[in-house]
Amino acid sequence: MILGSAVVAITAPNLIYSALALLVTLIHVAGIYVLLSAEFVAAVQIIVYAGAILVLYLFVLMIFSEHQGQQALHASYPVGVFLGLVVLAEMLMVYWGTGAASDGGTLAPPVWAKAGNTQAIGVLLYTKYLFPFEIASIILLVAMVGAITLGKRSHKAKEVAGANGSSNGHETIAAPISRVAVEHRQEETPRV
Amino acid sequence: MVPLSYFVTLSFLLFSIGVVGILIRRNILMVLMAIELILNAVNINFVAFSRFQQSLDGQIFVFFVMTIAAAEVVVGLAIVIVAFRRRATVNVDEFNLMKW
Repeated sequence: MILGSAVVAITAPNLIYSALALLVTLIHVAGIYVLLSAEFVAAVQIIVYAGAILVLYLFVLMIFSEHQGQQALHASYPVGVFLGLVVLAEMLMVYWGTGAASDGGTLAPPVWAKAGNTQAIGVLLYTKYLFPFEIASIILLVAMVGAITLGKRSHKAKEVAGANGSSNGHETIAAPISRVAVEHRQEETPRV
Repeated sequence: MVPLSYFVTLSFLLFSIGVVGILIRRNILMVLMAIELILNAVNINFVAFSRFQQSLDGQIFVFFVMTIAAAEVVVGLAIVIVAFRRRATVNVDEFNLMKW
């Protein structure tokens, strides 16, 4: 199901369809996380990926939806498929061919089953990984500022667009971007 | 119980689908979505090995990957919108300003 919807996501001619297929893929990946008893990661996957990132994609797709080209796939797509198969074959050969695949063994119950997954992750995140956590929040801040700055129309761009006279529908693009960026920020903060 | 190799193989397949998606689509938004697929494949790997090593470090790394993915999507879509305003296209083949 994951693989099928992922294939639909990269081959569907309509971009909205492929975004929705990507959503199906992400939700099934969250199911895989639950299967691996990583419940907190699964919840974050659904909230951040399915909730925020896909909504952001859909906003932008709505803006661009009337500007799609006639041909969705690249002209030389068999080469791309072939290169992808080469990458897959390499990974499978390295993993299955070297005997690494037989080391899996049986699965013990997780050591964090007593205290709960979320609590264990929180403790680890605020003690051992405190500094990377702070760096991650700085990265989010920089991304938010960068998105707003890029989304704003500069005077020079306004002159160019005014000279073209074809920029009417795009004045409002900056607003949803910065708003969704703020949504990202708000979702990242309470998750710990 | 499902062995580890199934999860790793699933991750390989998802990664390859993402690579093919980057290579074959003409629309730059689809290229960004294929990058999301690749990041998800890596996350599956992280969580699977974290579960099988009885260590939570992999899940912490999944959070950082998700953070970077969110930042990447926001900045990437902003760049796409700026490029669309300047060039009026979302086709990757026509972004040839740096070619000489």
